[in-house]
Amino acid sequence: MATAFSATLPLHGSQENRLLLPPTRLAPPPPSSSFLGSTRSLPIRSLNHAHASRRSPVFAVQEVVKDKKKPTNSLLITKEEGLVLYEDMILGRSFEDMCAQMYYRGKMFGFVHLYNGQEAVSTGFIKLLTQSDSVVSTYRDHVHALSKGVSARAVMSELFGKVTGCCRGQGGSMHMFSKEHNVLGGFAFIGEGIPVATGAAFTSKYKREVLKQDCEDVTVAFFGDGTCNNGQFYECLNMAALYKLPIIFVVENNLWAIGMSHLRSTSDPEIWKKGPAFGMPGVHVDGMDVLKVREVAKEAVGRARRGEGPTLVECETYRFRGHSLADPDELRDAAEKAKYAARDPITALKKYLVENKLANEGELKSIEKKIDELVEEAVEFADASPQPGRSQLLENVFADPKGFGIGPDGRYRCEDPKFTEGTAQV
Amino acid sequence: MWGILGRRAVVVDGGFSASCLRSRMRSGLVSARSYAAGSKEMTVRDALNSAIDEEMSADPKVFVMGEEVGQYQGAYKITKGLLEKYGPERVYDTPITEAGFTGIGVGAAYAGLKPVVEFMTFNFSMQAIDHIINSAAKSNYMSAGQINVPIVFRGPNGAAAGVGAQHSQCYAAWYASVPGLKVLAPYSAEDARGLLKAAIRDPDPVVFLENELLYGESFPISEEALDSSFCLPIGKAKIEREGKDVTITTFSKMVGFALKAAEKLAEEGISAEVINLRSIRPLDRATINASVRKTSRLVTVEEGFPQHGVCAEICASVVEESFSYLDAPVERIAGADVPMPYAANLERLALPQVEDIVRAAKRACFRSK
Repeated sequence: MATAFSATLPLHGSQENRLLLPPTRLAPPPPSSSFLGSTRSLPIRSLNHAHASRRSPVFAVQEVVKDKKKPTNSLLITKEEGLVLYEDMILGRSFEDMCAQMYYRGKMFGFVHLYNGQEAVSTGFIKLLTQSDSVVSTYRDHVHALSKGVSARAVMSELFGKVTGCCRGQGGSMHMFSKEHNVLGGFAFIGEGIPVATGAAFTSKYKREVLKQDCEDVTVAFFGDGTCNNGQFYECLNMAALYKLPIIFVVENNLWAIGMSHLRSTSDPEIWKKGPAFGMPGVHVDGMDVLKVREVAKEAVGRARRGEGPTLVECETYRFRGHSLADPDELRDAAEKAKYAARDPITALKKYLVENKLANEGELKSIEKKIDELVEEAVEFADASPQPGRSQLLENVFADPKGFGIGPDGRYRCEDPKFTEGTAQV
Repeated sequence: MWGILGRRAVVVDGGFSASCLRSRMRSGLVSARSYAAGSKEMTVRDALNSAIDEEMSADPKVFVMGEEVGQYQGAYKITKGLLEKYGPERVYDTPITEAGFTGIGVGAAYAGLKPVVEFMTFNFSMQAIDHIINSAAKSNYMSAGQINVPIVFRGPNGAAAGVGAQHSQCYAAWYASVPGLKVLAPYSAEDARGLLKAAIRDPDPVVFLENELLYGESFPISEEALDSSFCLPIGKAKIEREGKDVTITTFSKMVGFALKAAEKLAEEGISAEVINLRSIRPLDRATINASVRKTSRLVTVEEGFPQHGVCAEICASVVEESFSYLDAPVERIAGADVPMPYAANLERLALPQVEDIVRAAKRACFRSK
């Protein structure tokens, strides 16, 4: 099936190879002007588009949709899908806003990194995954966990440091793990999650080929623009393409790594280009538009499931708040923030749903109300939950209860009453 | 004459290949065996190879990854024959990307497989130490028990012969200070087999510190140790030689030196008890302290840098728990506090030798007299 993805190979910088840029760009711009940086004036995005006749404010991202030759009046989603997407994004936004409130009231502490503004990326990808697919994220992981299915109560309690949290209060904001929903973390070091995600994808392939199990699980790794200058990223692009692993590398390019602008730190800021250098398609998508992200995600996830290998997706997005709640966020230009605030993904989806008669204002309002209540309830639950008991301090260091290992009979040695007590406790 | 009750002493010639690298150590290896003298001998290399082989055939989730483990048959031939037997889907030759492939191993372990990740030497593990510590060691705790990491990181550790500063560091102290890791250091072939099999079966991340100079040494091995279900407990030290005057604790290659030192001391009437730690984390404090309470003197030996080393931890443990039993200050013998020099004579000075151990034991014995 001819898709924009297959058109990427081989790619090396010539003009024809910019097939993957949104058709909205009329002339190939020099690399830095496709993004807003603090020293640049705002570029004007042309709305002239071959498909303008569709009259939809959400236009196709690229040839992916063009190739499918959708009739001009067809929509990208059904009503049910639309409401699911809307609810997920509202949940992400309300939850994060509540986190900010709780932090300033002292209920939450330490490092808290909020996802406001980037909801389209999380919802666009994760809502296409099954429960057994894996998600690996960074410290900005609350919304990834929520989208994947971890309950708001569990996440809120974890942030409050209570025993009812998804990691019993032992992980915290930056280390959301859920075995049930296959959320494999939550990592504080940038770039750390990428090899772990590659390993989870490796396991899918191993299960299929060596263990002969039926396994179509894919893994999605989320990380930022700053990570794309880190060595591990390149090591994993290489190995994922080499071993053809079922993984999607999703770059949430919000242009800023704390206070370091992407343009100041990167020799070639167009991250999607780095995919073809390693033999995988590189795709750039407007990450403020959940429908576009979803279309790209469908293709990338489909590729991975069919065994065609990895994809690198660069989502141009923006975080409305600072890097963390402790970040004064002084370096970003107010005009840049305003420009992206006008492209709020939730507002865009709402507009799409209403204008295409998929939902009316009342239904959307009731979703918002439902989520507000859910988040409030999560806070009450977390507040009322107890802190971890003192004995919990020393638990879970090892899976092995006393650290003596497994005996020849396959059971833990410490279960054998004849095995003498040692000092292998923590 | 050795004062060891109930044991037969077995003198074993190390069976070294005539290599000039080994010639400095060639002075006849002596080891006391706690099993009845078996007539079978096995090199540490073969012991490790057989351990990995048996665990791979028993559990299809076990796989090996590392540089040169496949077609090259292993940089030190530890994984010899595995590629032919199990195929490239279970024995992966990786690119030179420690951070990447270690992280992939950790991710695979998160998802339920059992990787055995080889570092060509543990010095290269520094490029991957973030994954060993942050994604492997801490994950069971951070996830409150949801995600355990049944991975083994193995490779040669410590000084070889003339390989210079960047290839000679001992990482036992670094890794053993991290909660969530198990750190093992075998000495003999039986240790190597038993501990590696235990490590591969273990549900937690294990750092398995081998020693390049021990790979070629032969040790007698009992029938029990050759059985495919054999494995040793983690967190338990072994008393290689019983004694009553001074306790010498050590691990890995230094066990051989300590045993030779014990022989020399025996000639002078000092009966030394040699403890082979086997497991640096969890440390078998009970055995060490029981021994010190018996002998009242302690000499700890290691090859690594002295400051914040394994010896420091053992000394602290003994002082905390058995202070009133001590008749002499605790003695620490460690490598010199310098990066490893290249020149052969300087290298010899930078590492503990048998004479150093003997001297320290004598110091410990004469102090209170």
